[in-house]
Amino acid sequence: MSATEHSGGGTVEYIQHHLTNYCVGDCDPVTHQAAGFWALHVDTLFFSLLIAMGIVFASIRLTSRLSTGTPTGFQNAVEGILEFVQGQVRDTFPGHNPLIAPLALTIFLWVWLMNFMDLIPVDLLPLIGGYFGIHYMKVVPTTDLNTTLAMALTVFVLSVFYNFKVKGVVGYLKMFLFHPFGKFFVPVNIVMTLIEEIAKPLSLALRLFGNMFAGELVFLLIALLGGAATVGAGMLVWLPLQIVLDFAWLIFHVLVITLQAFIFMVLTIVYLGMASTDEH
Amino acid sequence: MNITVTLFAQVFAFVLLIWFVNKVLWGPLSAMMAARQKRIADGLAEAERGKHELELATKRAAEILREAKDKATEIIAQGEKRGSELVEEAKTQAKVEADRIVAGAKADVEQEVFRAREQLRNEVSAIALAGAAKILGREIDAKAHNDLLEKLVAEI
Repeated sequence: MSATEHSGGGTVEYIQHHLTNYCVGDCDPVTHQAAGFWALHVDTLFFSLLIAMGIVFASIRLTSRLSTGTPTGFQNAVEGILEFVQGQVRDTFPGHNPLIAPLALTIFLWVWLMNFMDLIPVDLLPLIGGYFGIHYMKVVPTTDLNTTLAMALTVFVLSVFYNFKVKGVVGYLKMFLFHPFGKFFVPVNIVMTLIEEIAKPLSLALRLFGNMFAGELVFLLIALLGGAATVGAGMLVWLPLQIVLDFAWLIFHVLVITLQAFIFMVLTIVYLGMASTDEH
Repeated sequence: MNITVTLFAQVFAFVLLIWFVNKVLWGPLSAMMAARQKRIADGLAEAERGKHELELATKRAAEILREAKDKATEIIAQGEKRGSELVEEAKTQAKVEADRIVAGAKADVEQEVFRAREQLRNEVSAIALAGAAKILGREIDAKAHNDLLEKLVAEI
């Protein structure tokens, strides 16, 4: 009993350790969780900004030597992504808005690359961080609710903005008053529309966060297989199993991260498209 | 709760990234792709036009060739006609000339005959006169016997 408890304690500690942000500011000194609002998750910011800078620099490098002729290699790949996003926007978004396509492209690239951090071996970067005295590190920025909610809120603000811009103040209010059930259920309508509107950014943020968090958790659990049996003949069973499972989950997760990035992008387009249509 | 000031930092980062992506990736790349699309469309249109022009040129060339053939046939026919005309003309001219020569010759002959006759007449009249003078032994007054002489000459 005590042995399992000890082992369980180690497991919990391991997982908690990996799922704790490097917190600066208003943090709990024992658990390293954010204790109040004024706490910065430095690792989240660091990796997401690193990826953002990577996108920007790769873009500058790419566009500095664009060729109108036959595209090759990297340019071809980026053009493929761009055309894919453009096609999605054209199919889903009514009318023309010069902001939507770059926004969708940004979401797709950034979310995909941040999700991709999930595929880096779970212990690698924290290990490197450990040498520099950083003992808590959450590598995947999208497993931090702050990141996903930040994007979802930005989309939400944009959608409110376009609601006002396209429908007008009166039109937007009418949508709240008369939208799902007509003019005889005004109070119900207000509640329903409010829930509907708030559910959009929340579901957007929580879906991505949940998927990535769970994916990371599964990686951690698989990583524990080998770690749990560091002694004896158990290694012969657990280590190959860990490798096989890790590989399988990795392949599956490549699909998941792409799908999540895609869903976030498409839903953004859909929500903004709904905001930009003036018919109810 | 894990929602902290990081959220606002991330919002800021997100907005900034959207701006950057629009500025350095979407803008240039989509502009370039639009330019390429235009270039391809232009190229296709150009090719189409070239093909059309080639078709027209081929048609025109065939037409010109046909016209030239027609003209050549016409010229040959004309030449032949002209040749036969020339031959005909030469023939008629030769005939006329021959006729003229023959007529001239005939006239000459007639004239010669006439002259000879005239000469002969004169000579006969002279001979007659001389004969008569010899016969009569005296000079005959030509003027007096002119009527007689004239009659004589006319009889010859």
